[in-house]
Amino acid sequence: MEAFAQPLLNGILLGGLYAIIAIGMTTMAGIVKLVNLAHGDLMILGSFLSLSLITWLGVSPLWTLVAVVPVMYFVGFFVQAYLLNRVLGKEMEPPLLVAFGLSIILQNLLLLIFTPDARSLMTGLAVKTIPVTEYLNIPVIYLLDLLIGLTVIACIYYLFQKTYLGRAIRAASDDEVAAQLMGVNTKNIYAKAMGIAIMTAGVAGVLVGITFTFYPHTGPQYLVIAFGVMVIGGMGSMKGTLVGGFILAVSQLMGAQFFGPGYQLFCGYVVLLIVLAVRPQGIFGRV
Amino acid sequence: MPEKLALKVSGLDVHYKDFQALWGVSLKVREGEVVSVMGSNGSGKSTLLNTISGLLSPTQGSIEFFGERIDGLPPYETVIRGVSLVPEGRRVFPRLTVYENLVMGAYTPRSRSAKAEGLGRLYGLFPVLKERHNQMADTLSGGEQQMLAIARALMSEPKLILCDEISLGLAPVVIKSIYRQLKQINEEGLTIVLVEQDIRRSLKAANQAYVMLEGKVVLEGAPSSLGDEGVKKAYFGI
Repeated sequence: MEAFAQPLLNGILLGGLYAIIAIGMTTMAGIVKLVNLAHGDLMILGSFLSLSLITWLGVSPLWTLVAVVPVMYFVGFFVQAYLLNRVLGKEMEPPLLVAFGLSIILQNLLLLIFTPDARSLMTGLAVKTIPVTEYLNIPVIYLLDLLIGLTVIACIYYLFQKTYLGRAIRAASDDEVAAQLMGVNTKNIYAKAMGIAIMTAGVAGVLVGITFTFYPHTGPQYLVIAFGVMVIGGMGSMKGTLVGGFILAVSQLMGAQFFGPGYQLFCGYVVLLIVLAVRPQGIFGRV
Repeated sequence: MPEKLALKVSGLDVHYKDFQALWGVSLKVREGEVVSVMGSNGSGKSTLLNTISGLLSPTQGSIEFFGERIDGLPPYETVIRGVSLVPEGRRVFPRLTVYENLVMGAYTPRSRSAKAEGLGRLYGLFPVLKERHNQMADTLSGGEQQMLAIARALMSEPKLILCDEISLGLAPVVIKSIYRQLKQINEEGLTIVLVEQDIRRSLKAANQAYVMLEGKVVLEGAPSSLGDEGVKKAYFGI
């Protein structure tokens, strides 16, 4: 019994990280109706940006957020304004292809600039733990991931519910033509929405870089996690993203504990399949 | 003193790809008037309103709003200048509340600062919206959604409001109530263009009437001088 307490706890903490990885993707998919296949790579771009700042300025990773967050907003804004807005229309395929192309370009660009070496954002927090009971510990890094993740998601929720921008994005999602008739410049709004989404990806990238090692090609791995969270929780739902993150992380870590480390990913996918079979729109998804 | 022309449409041609929907349409709306545009399905009435509001661009012709050319401008530019469209089918935002729908109506910077007064005025005009202000718009009845769509269009403090078939699918008693509110709004100075299939009600409410058939204006004049027979003949192309 004791053997499962730690993976369960780790799973809950890690769920916060999974949620912040996914939040940018699920809001774009649920609200702008755009599935960004480059989301994982943009996140890793954030990790490498942070790495560059650490190498150049010698600051600790969390401080790099001050620069990474605004830069990633502009990256997201430009990607939407100049690439994706041009192909947004009735067809599903063009935006998917453009995002996929962007994903390949990003990975190879990062490979070229940073070489294929394994990277990590070093911080003294890496090995610290908080003992809870004699056999249960809280890894400080995971706790940090959870706290920052929850804060970011709360901010995103507030943005969409209480601000003019958030309301305009939701309105454009409900009825683009009607939103235009209200005076909303919908193309511009979509660019801002993507800016916000990629901003969260930037934060996720820094957290991932602190928590795990990463390579230029790590992006797609996290794209899959984002997809998993989105499918389990339901597209566009904040609650769903949190719940989806927890469920995916817990099933992965518990599965690894039960069946062995090689089964970690597999157990996550099994849970994904179960949700798809029983409730395809996700736990909090709309039908 | 010359009357101010709120809207002047001249020789408008509008195409959907290769299909020509409007042929040389011309229209004049004086400030403070209620102008009715009538015609059967497919006569081009909605196309006309959509082009004025900026959803469509004309291939030929011009649209002047208080003397300024607005043809080809996107909707977010025409709204800022004071043109507001109540679109066909209402198109309220289903997953936003009544309150949020109204607030979206006051999106332009000018109307945003007057948001509180706007809400007060429109809740007064349509009390049922105040009752339901926290409900999701898609839970409202047809008549209530129509009132919401009109109220929302008024939140942008427009000088001209274009109404596309607002009586469609509504009970006569509801239509009567809505037209009464429109009359009140018009008396307060708002210029209104009404597109309707219901000839009788249109003629009753309007100062000036136009009849369209297959993308062309076939009859225009004051309702009193046109006469029911003349209108019906033009409407059906007899």
